[in-house]
Amino acid sequence: MTEEKKTKKAAEILVEELTKTPTNGTWLQRVGQSMLIPVLAVISGLFLGAVFIILTSEDVYAAFGRSIGQGLGASFQIVWESYSALFTGSLGDPAKISAALQSGDGEAIRRAFNPFFESLVASTPYIFGGLALALGFRAGVFNIGAEGQVFVGAIFAAYAGYAIQGLPAIIHIPLALAAGALGGAIWGFIPGWLKAKTGGHEVINTIMMNYVAFRLSEWLLAGPMKRPDSFNPISPTIAESAMLPRFFGYPIRFHLGFFIALLAAWFVYWFLFKTTWGFNLRTVGANPSAAKYAGINVTRYMVLGMTLSGALAGLAGTNEVLGLNHNLALAFYSGYGFDSIALALLGNNHPIGVVLAALLFGTMRNGATRMQVAAGIPIDIISILQAVILIFIAAPAIIRTIFRLKEREDVGGVRMVSGWGGN
Amino acid sequence: MTPVLELRNITKRFPGVLANDRINLSLEKGEIHALLGENGAGKTTLMNILYGLYAPDEGEIFVQGKPLTVESPSDAIDSGIGMVHQHFMLIPVFTVTENVMLGEEATVRGGFLDRKFTANRIREISEQYSLEVDPDVYVRDIPVGVQQRVEIIKLLYREADILILDEPTAVLTPQEADELFKIMNKLVESGKSIIFITHKLREVIDVADRITVIRRGKVVGTTTPDQATKEQLAEMMVGREVQLELEKAPPSIGDVILEVKNLLVLDDVKQVAVDEVSFSVREGEVLGIAGVQGNGQTELVKALTGLHDPEMGSVFLLGEDISRAKPRTITELGAAHVPEDRQKDGLVLSYSVADNLVLCTYYKEPYAHGVVLQQEPILQRANELIEQFDIRTPDAQTPAGSLSGGNQQKVIVAREFSRPTRFVVASQPTRGLDVGSIEYIHNQILKKRDAGTAVLLVSSELDEVMELSDRIAVMYRGKFVAIVPADQVTKEQVGLLMAGVAPDHAGVSEINMLGMEEGIS
Repeated sequence: MTEEKKTKKAAEILVEELTKTPTNGTWLQRVGQSMLIPVLAVISGLFLGAVFIILTSEDVYAAFGRSIGQGLGASFQIVWESYSALFTGSLGDPAKISAALQSGDGEAIRRAFNPFFESLVASTPYIFGGLALALGFRAGVFNIGAEGQVFVGAIFAAYAGYAIQGLPAIIHIPLALAAGALGGAIWGFIPGWLKAKTGGHEVINTIMMNYVAFRLSEWLLAGPMKRPDSFNPISPTIAESAMLPRFFGYPIRFHLGFFIALLAAWFVYWFLFKTTWGFNLRTVGANPSAAKYAGINVTRYMVLGMTLSGALAGLAGTNEVLGLNHNLALAFYSGYGFDSIALALLGNNHPIGVVLAALLFGTMRNGATRMQVAAGIPIDIISILQAVILIFIAAPAIIRTIFRLKEREDVGGVRMVSGWGGN
Repeated sequence: MTPVLELRNITKRFPGVLANDRINLSLEKGEIHALLGENGAGKTTLMNILYGLYAPDEGEIFVQGKPLTVESPSDAIDSGIGMVHQHFMLIPVFTVTENVMLGEEATVRGGFLDRKFTANRIREISEQYSLEVDPDVYVRDIPVGVQQRVEIIKLLYREADILILDEPTAVLTPQEADELFKIMNKLVESGKSIIFITHKLREVIDVADRITVIRRGKVVGTTTPDQATKEQLAEMMVGREVQLELEKAPPSIGDVILEVKNLLVLDDVKQVAVDEVSFSVREGEVLGIAGVQGNGQTELVKALTGLHDPEMGSVFLLGEDISRAKPRTITELGAAHVPEDRQKDGLVLSYSVADNLVLCTYYKEPYAHGVVLQQEPILQRANELIEQFDIRTPDAQTPAGSLSGGNQQKVIVAREFSRPTRFVVASQPTRGLDVGSIEYIHNQILKKRDAGTAVLLVSSELDEVMELSDRIAVMYRGKFVAIVPADQVTKEQVGLLMAGVAPDHAGVSEINMLGMEEGIS
């Protein structure tokens, strides 16, 4: 296979399920079509975010008090400052990078590149969470309980991390990862099983399971799992053999978890689209009646979908414990589980889309800290930005209206190829 | 006299398809104008343009001689055009009155709904056209035929003069269809004009004043029922000679394949739907089940295919008891099932044609090694079947949902009939299909029968049952009221049995007995 063909194949995989309706045209056009709405949503989000930045800036009001011109100048200034801080904070400051490279000082170089790696670190749990939700959606279940599963995964991973000592890392790390996945899986299985057996709706049950998980972790951290020498509700530090290795020296925290997440994304892709299990799962999600007709055990695959979704969410918590915090503290509130719902939608419930969306979310979250420091913009503006982007994603009609895109007439149940029916 | 409606040179292109190609159509006052064409010929597209759902690329619309631009359905409604869609736009949990007033609510005292006014208006309209609709009942509680009349009332309430009926008989029983035709005649007598979209030849001959035939987006011709025969119309529609009468070889009947004894099936609300039914189907024969829809056929088929466990009784397929078997077990024994509702049960619309073609065999060699799906064999198989069963699709990767109804059904038939099978259940196999597809599917069913497969055909189209079956079982209120050899009864006799008339009154008592014995043997 020539190199050119290889790239083409990779790109085709990228498109394959991102585009729900493969339309005519080259693969490049198809990529364009599937990415168009998300990209435009991000642009619109940034624009609306700018409006919020201006509206919340006292400097701008003061400048408008002096004159309109100064006000406009100040508005432009604050937006420019904020977004350049967002950019340098998440990807690195080009000036600093070149200076550090010229100086040749190892730590300076690492510091210069640190923002970029921090973004990857921040994206990692989002990848797991997004995959969890995407897999659930594909199986036709709405796993609102990812947040609770993240917690339970973290509890299991922390326990496996500190309670077992003296194992080599090559065994301890997989073991702790498996424990975290198991924790999440259990927390996903329960509502899945309840749905299958009693018809109890998973949305309600997973929300309730979230509360159980939160309170359970409080109790555990105040009691059985509490660090013996501490007054704070915090678990013991995990064994060094369970810590995910970091690739660069201080201060870069970039660790193995990112690659495990990419591996998980590949696995979910392979599982969903290349195996009979995935076929069953997707069929159950896409049309339960047809799945039953085709001889697929619908309830079994719903439960499986919830369980696997839980396992992936559990890995998000595991990743934070084994890769970053190295313990479990009461303050371990992530929000990943909830953000992941949105993220999965942004990624069109496709593993590749989820990875891209997770990178975007992680990058924005990371850059937001810098934006707060450099431009004095509240970190919440990033939440607003994310929310606005998601509103646009969830309602593509808004984007179509803003950018005057022509609606694809094959969407929305109108059959565009009906012309082939005749003889 | 100026026509009430005139379409001139309407053209509409979709990517890759010319859906309407310079179509001209005129509608006179007080006329039923049938728009005849196969599924996908462009009839519905044309009407959606007229109704403001699509913008035409070219062409003009005139109402009462005045040019009209319709940008949305409300423009169409304002100029007196109303449409009853194939799938009704009613809210089941609202009453008839509420549904009718929706969007055009009568109010009193600044904002309170005036249900009484609307209800009275509905009664008036109902009386004027003998629609027999009670304004106070919930839509979910009334039969499909009445729901359709509610849709018509919606248009009359909005004072539409031009009524577009899109495939109105697709969801109706023959009796309901006849009622609808009476109503249509009343409507035109009182000065309304109707565009009647259909692909059923009999209906066109029966009710239309003029017929315009569309094929592949073009008008083939306009004629009247007196000037054209069914055969001519079919040929215009399909573009080639169509064999309306089936050629059927005498059956060569063999061993019993399916044996059903005292089968009792409950429906979803735990009412008896199939009431201790016994019959058998043998190699090389078609047993047709005739009956008005809702007399237990759906539940019977579900019980036979493992989708619903029966309460009592037994089902033997090739000697194995399958009364409580899973669908896949039954499939693997050599059964095939063309389900009644192709979009709900038969297909995953978001999946490609290729994936739908392996929906029942994807887990087997060569389509999967272990748990890993094999894309190449799946695609190869799809391309073979697309070719062999003449499925009109851009390619095997196209989502099944974007095919026309006829081609969706061909996907199912291709999947089910291409497997080696000993027993086939075909439930409403041609519902909503065009002449060409019906002819094709009928021939496929007979081919299966001639190859020695036992075929159980369930259809509410009496013509279909009469033509294809070797024996006919008539189902009424969950019971088989008669099982008769197809060549010994008339259509009228079966029709009476379907309506619940006792066999001896329907004049079939002797052969009925004979048929029953044969059935139980």
